[in-house]
Amino acid sequence: MAQIIVVTSGKGGVGKTTSSAAIATGLAMKGHKTVVIDFDIGLRNLDLIMGCERRVVYDFVNVINEEANLNQALIKDKRTANLFVLPASQTRDKDALTKEGVGKVLDDLAKEFEYIICDSPAGIETGAMMALYFADIAIVTTNPEVSSVRDSDRILGMLQSKSKRAEEGLEPVKEFLLLTRYSPARVTTGEMLSVQDVEEILAIPLIGVIPESQAVLKASNSGVPVIIDQESDAGMAYSDAVERLLGQELPFRFLTEEKKGFLKRIFGS
Amino acid sequence: MSLLDYFKTNKKPSTAVTAKERLQIIVAHQRGERDAPDYFPKMKQEIIEVIRKYVQVGPDQVSVQLEQNDENLSVLELNVTLPEKN
Ligand SMILES: Nc1ncnc2c1ncn2[C@@H]1O[C@H](COP(=O)(O)OP(=O)(O)OP(=O)(O)O)[C@@H](O)[C@H]1O
Ligand SMILES: [Mg+2]
Repeated sequence: MAQIIVVTSGKGGVGKTTSSAAIATGLAMKGHKTVVIDFDIGLRNLDLIMGCERRVVYDFVNVINEEANLNQALIKDKRTANLFVLPASQTRDKDALTKEGVGKVLDDLAKEFEYIICDSPAGIETGAMMALYFADIAIVTTNPEVSSVRDSDRILGMLQSKSKRAEEGLEPVKEFLLLTRYSPARVTTGEMLSVQDVEEILAIPLIGVIPESQAVLKASNSGVPVIIDQESDAGMAYSDAVERLLGQELPFRFLTEEKKGFLKRIFGS
Repeated sequence: MSLLDYFKTNKKPSTAVTAKERLQIIVAHQRGERDAPDYFPKMKQEIIEVIRKYVQVGPDQVSVQLEQNDENLSVLELNVTLPEKN
């Protein structure tokens, strides 16, 4: 049975696309056939983060409107086996997504893939609702900051009332907290909510803590999901999150300030 | 208690503590709203049906809303747009 995973947040710019790309790549690297879908109709981004922007011919909306079939629209990742991208359209309006249309595409994908990752747009409008409607698992991407935490809580409310699982009275969507852009140093000085604070407020299990990291910008500059950079803290933190998603229990890393060595203290990092 | 702790505890509460307290209140409020009683949707449906037994109104002309004003006061608000008399 294919698992449908939505990466969602309510608030914009918290790291959904970065996380979708990393998690999809991580699952594929573990040998699971995975597709990652951009639900941000009109504002596609995932193709850039995955580094396949020049290979987009057909998109998600073309498939829904039956102007192209899935095989024409799916882009096979060049780096990682088992990984495919379904890009969003760049121009059309958001009403292009209907429950019926999205449902049909997901059904078709479920025949071929083990994991279907849905990169949600920000907000709580149609695009975000469509991305979460069919989900089995939700990765609620949150920054340690008031508006992001409040929006995450609103999204949890949607998952619990507006998802297909909720509407049909099935087992609820499994909700996980992914805390991103975490700065242990700022937590120490009392300027930033800690992991424990956010966990306590949202009261859902933690699947990963991704530190604020320069590696993320480097990765997006070059169109390589940050999880590929296994030298980087963010890359390793995403790998851990993927392992946890697959059922492994792992201690959390990068929760405390990196001890700067003598040279680093003098020359900076 | 170390000297360092002494300086720490003497400081004003950190902004992260303020953030957490504010969020706890907001989130409790949000959850209260969405945790309306289970009977509510059915009750709402029946109220609408009763109204429609007597007056011709479309479903969009009736609104039934439950509002939690504070911890022990909830308000049930019923709005019906009646058709014009001929
Ligand atoms: N761990 C991190 N460290 C540093 N920068 C990060 C991190 N995660 C994300 N960013 C940066 O934050 C910005 C927003 O990231 P991203 O596009 O993934 O967010 P999003 O939630 O998908 O945004 P939108 O709501 O617009 O779709 C990007 O510039 C990205 O490089
Ligand atoms: Mg995005």
